[in-house]
Order: sequence, then structure tokens, then C-alpha cells
Amino acid sequence: MPCVSPDGKPTSSGIALLLSLKNGALSPKEIASKTGQPLFRVRSGLRELKNAGFVEETEDKYRLSENGKTLVH
Amino acid sequence: MAEESRTEEVGLPVLGRKAPEFEAVTTQGTLRLSDFEGTWLVLFSHPADFTPVCTTEFIAFSKIYEELKKRNTELLGLSVDSVSSHIAWIRNVEKKMRVKIPFPIIADLNKEVAKKYGMMHPEQSKTETVRCVFVIDPESKIRAMLYYPLTTGRNMKEILRLIDALQTTDKHNVATPANWKPGDPVVVPPPATAEQAEERLKEGYKCKDWYLCMKKL
Repeated sequence: MPCVSPDGKPTSSGIALLLSLKNGALSPKEIASKTGQPLFRVRSGLRELKNAGFVEETEDKYRLSENGKTLVH
Repeated sequence: MAEESRTEEVGLPVLGRKAPEFEAVTTQGTLRLSDFEGTWLVLFSHPADFTPVCTTEFIAFSKIYEELKKRNTELLGLSVDSVSSHIAWIRNVEKKMRVKIPFPIIADLNKEVAKKYGMMHPEQSKTETVRCVFVIDPESKIRAMLYYPLTTGRNMKEILRLIDALQTTDKHNVATPANWKPGDPVVVPPPATAEQAEERLKEGYKCKDWYLCMKKL
């Protein structure tokens, strides 16, 4: 998995996505523009991070969950 | 009757229809077709990892990767090999040929995606996909398809030309003639009525006759 490793921890790609959300919720397109990652990888990565409990989805935007915040603050 | 059954067995996609959705394991994680919405996508299959023609094609696809990005187009490969095989192969290509493969490759071990896109042609191979290319637009519609046999490597210039032609058609509502390339005159769509046929001759197009008019963009 590109954003969450088999042991459940975010990979460096995953951390980059989480860091992009440090200042608030963003859409996948905004994250792609901020991180320079292709949009398809951002969408796929956010899905993994959401399933692993690091981000939450609200109205087409993503924000850090409590778990996610502890990793990047 | 036997021929008809064989045709049904392959089940080709249809131009203009939504491309079949999938969720697949790739060398860059689990991807869905819908992850590519908003960008153009070239989905292509190759028969097998660690084979000669496929290796030349992968190097060639990697070399047009930046050109594709300029056209808002992503690349996605597929074969019926495993992710471990894909990883071993692309690492080998990088080490021996000094070419990094930047795009994801689907590991379609159960042939689920291959069957949805009509990539299995039993007269070519019972176990491997043929060399397919699907150009899928930002709304996930299939806009063009190429099917090549196992023996024949694809032409990257033609794939770029095809994308340029489709994007030009969408942007300017025109068609493109034989051997067209960016910068060449384009074909004005044929008139739908006799009145339009008469009027278009006065519109400054370069016309051979009422049904064949060209213009520069």
C-alpha cells in the first residue's frame, strides 16, 4: 500500500498527505496541487488513510482525525 | 455460430460508453478507474513481464510519460502477472536499462479487468492479454481503442497523435484528417442540411467541395 504500510503506520507518501491537511480540510484536487502528487494517487491514498482512521471525509473534503493529528502535530 | 460464440467470449468495450469500473491491485497501491476522473487516461495491457517486446514498450511508454503529463494524461499498465513480478521486472529494467517506470501497473492475476476490457484473445494466447490501448477521457468514457497482436510493439508517436487528435476535436468541434498532426489543417464537420452545404462555401473554408472543407485552427 502506498500510504499505509502493512503494520498500519503511514508511509512517507501517507505522511505527506497528512501534513497537507495540517491547516484544515482540503479536497483531493487541492491536496494534489499542494503536494505535487498525481490526483489518482491522492484519491487512492486518502481512501487508505481513511480506512486506517487517520483522516475523515466531510462533503468532498478531507481533514485529520484525532489519530491523524497526533502524528503530524 | 462458432464464430459468433467466439466474438461474445471476448466482449469488447464500446467507443463513447463509460469505461468499465474496476478496483485493482497495482504497483502503486489499490486503484479504481474513478480515481482518474478529471484526467485523460491511457490504460494499456502487455502480455507478460520479463519478455522482450514488452520491455521495449515499457521503456518507450516511460519516455513519453512527460509528454502525456503535458496533455493531462496518466498512464496505467496491466498484465496478468503478480505485483511481485511487476516490481521485480521494473527494478530489473531500471538496473539494466537505466529507465525508471513512473506509472502504476495492474496485477490482474484473476483476469477480472482483462475480461471487462476484452483483452483476452484466445487465438493469440490462452493465458496472456494482447497489446491493448484504451484512451479514456476525463468523464471516464472510452474514446479510442487499439488492439495489437503479441508480435507487434506499439507506436508511441501514434498514441500521442491520437490523444492530440481527440483533445483537438473536443476543444474545437472539428475532425482530423488522415495523417493529421498538431498544426495541420482540420476538417470542418459535414453539413447536416442542404442550406448548410450552400452556406459553408461562403465561410472562407478551404473546400474541395461542399462535403470536404478544411480550416486552420
